Amino acid sequence: MENTSLLAELADNWMLVAMFTLFVGAILWALRPGARDVHNETATIPFRNEDHPGSSETEELQK
Amino acid sequence: MGNYIKLIALGGVTLFAAIAANWGRDVSYIVHAMIIMAVGAFMFVRVLRSMDAPVAAAPTGYMDDVVRAGVIATSFWGVVGMLVGVVIAFQLAFPVLNFEVLQPFGNFGRLRPLHTSAVIFAFGGNALIMSSFYIVQRTCGARLWGGNLAWFVFWGYNLFIVLAATGYLLGATQSKEYAEPEWYVDIWLTIVWVAFLLVFLGTLFKRKEKHIYVANWFLLAFIVTVAMLHIVNNISIPVSIWGSKSVQVFSGVQDAMVQWWYGHNAVGFFLTAGFLGMMYYFVPKQAGRPVFSYKLSIIHFWALIFLYIWAGPHHLHYTALPDWAATLGMVFSIILWMPSWGGMINGLMTLQGAWDKLRTDPIIRMMVISLAFYGMSTFEGPMMSIRAVNSLSHYTDWTIGHVHSGALGWNGMITFAALYFLTPKLWGRAQMYSMSAINWHFWLATIGIILYAASMWVTGIMEGLMWREVDANGFLVNSFADTVSAKFPMYVVRGLGGVLYLTGAIIMSWNIFMTIRGGARVSAPVGVPAE
Repeated sequence: MENTSLLAELADNWMLVAMFTLFVGAILWALRPGARDVHNETATIPFRNEDHPGSSETEELQK
Repeated sequence: MGNYIKLIALGGVTLFAAIAANWGRDVSYIVHAMIIMAVGAFMFVRVLRSMDAPVAAAPTGYMDDVVRAGVIATSFWGVVGMLVGVVIAFQLAFPVLNFEVLQPFGNFGRLRPLHTSAVIFAFGGNALIMSSFYIVQRTCGARLWGGNLAWFVFWGYNLFIVLAATGYLLGATQSKEYAEPEWYVDIWLTIVWVAFLLVFLGTLFKRKEKHIYVANWFLLAFIVTVAMLHIVNNISIPVSIWGSKSVQVFSGVQDAMVQWWYGHNAVGFFLTAGFLGMMYYFVPKQAGRPVFSYKLSIIHFWALIFLYIWAGPHHLHYTALPDWAATLGMVFSIILWMPSWGGMINGLMTLQGAWDKLRTDPIIRMMVISLAFYGMSTFEGPMMSIRAVNSLSHYTDWTIGHVHSGALGWNGMITFAALYFLTPKLWGRAQMYSMSAINWHFWLATIGIILYAASMWVTGIMEGLMWREVDANGFLVNSFADTVSAKFPMYVVRGLGGVLYLTGAIIMSWNIFMTIRGGARVSAPVGVPAE
């Protein structure tokens, strides 16, 4: 019982704060202005390497 | 050397299964031991015959044969699972269909888990495995990692399905909804699932692209979370190693909470996250344009992952579960509405600038209707999780209707669209054999779902109201049998909806078969592009 209460207390204090911070942080990280180019580039991945595995050449092209 | 180890292992498994078949204490265990013995012996001979074969050069290019096998398995299990669904729908309407000669195997009680597992795990699971194998290769620009491990995943998973299905019919169940298979089947699935995770992760590690495409995030979340859910919900101790019966470690309300934590996250991570992974790849591909907002897809992902895991307690309103836990589940279910609709809008808006394809391309139409049903069922679900609404809807057919608008509408339609997308590509055909058959499938399936959902709304709300109806003196007005007879017409309508949906799936299987056999049939394009 002791353990359960301790775990419950940790869960509804520090764990809650930690998870919420992580969640908000992940979203803010996605919204950062510098991410636009990365996202545009990543969004077009399905339109590459359709028939053959990629080579280091395609990697070069992306840079 | 590797082959010798394989031979010893397979021989050991076969021998153990033979002993188990002899000493088995119940019929399903004995049958399963025989199946495993047969599979083990077959594999033993197979390995033995290829002992001296020269080692072939490592193949290059994408590993598509396992995806092809997945396409066939998906359509096969789809038809089987939906057929069983139609049978049990009519068993509910006409109890005489529980034929005396087929007892106890053909009883509704045994066929029902067969139906749910066949459509969710056999049809849906094969669809998820084959499309994640396809997607992870294309979006990583890399061949599947692990060589034949992908084949092990495919055959191992389908063996799991055979063991689960025969177990239900023969009466082996641990009585946990959507987790009915007994302990040894659970252990086997765990092994297969870890192999699946390894293949997926290994391919991600050797990717040629710098970034991991968002579809893979969803698929990875699906694989990891399902592994966690499966293990925790199936912690049980077998009564005997020679029998199928096991005893759960959790009991009472803890067991109920673990079960619905599992049950709802099976919906959240198997039927939602996994299929969203398919959606984020196939919709942009078929529309020919990248996803509407990549940022939104990332937010969709994190919000879904962080919120879904807490929604389970809404299955346990008005039970021994403490109120605070039920309220927590309810609140998180309602918050979930936002990421769900964000994802739906993201999928639909991918068609921005390509809406004309809705008229000309039946595959796009299927994707759009599946997203529409995703939106509808993720609106209906949070609403039903509210305690007051749940007091009317719980235990009624409304729940069944809700599940099917999600499963038939969202999961079914996006899977059909993926199959229509993949089949011509995988077998090198220009397009599906018959485009008009896709159109037929689309309309049969859509009308089938509408009949199903509408009849279940009517009968569900009706029976919920009948159960709670009291007269002036506070006595219940209706007996349970009154509600059953009042539901009869709606049960027939539901069965007919199922027949339409099944017919569509059979047409699709025929279409896939004809596409594999030969090229596309020449036909007039469907619809005319807008001027």
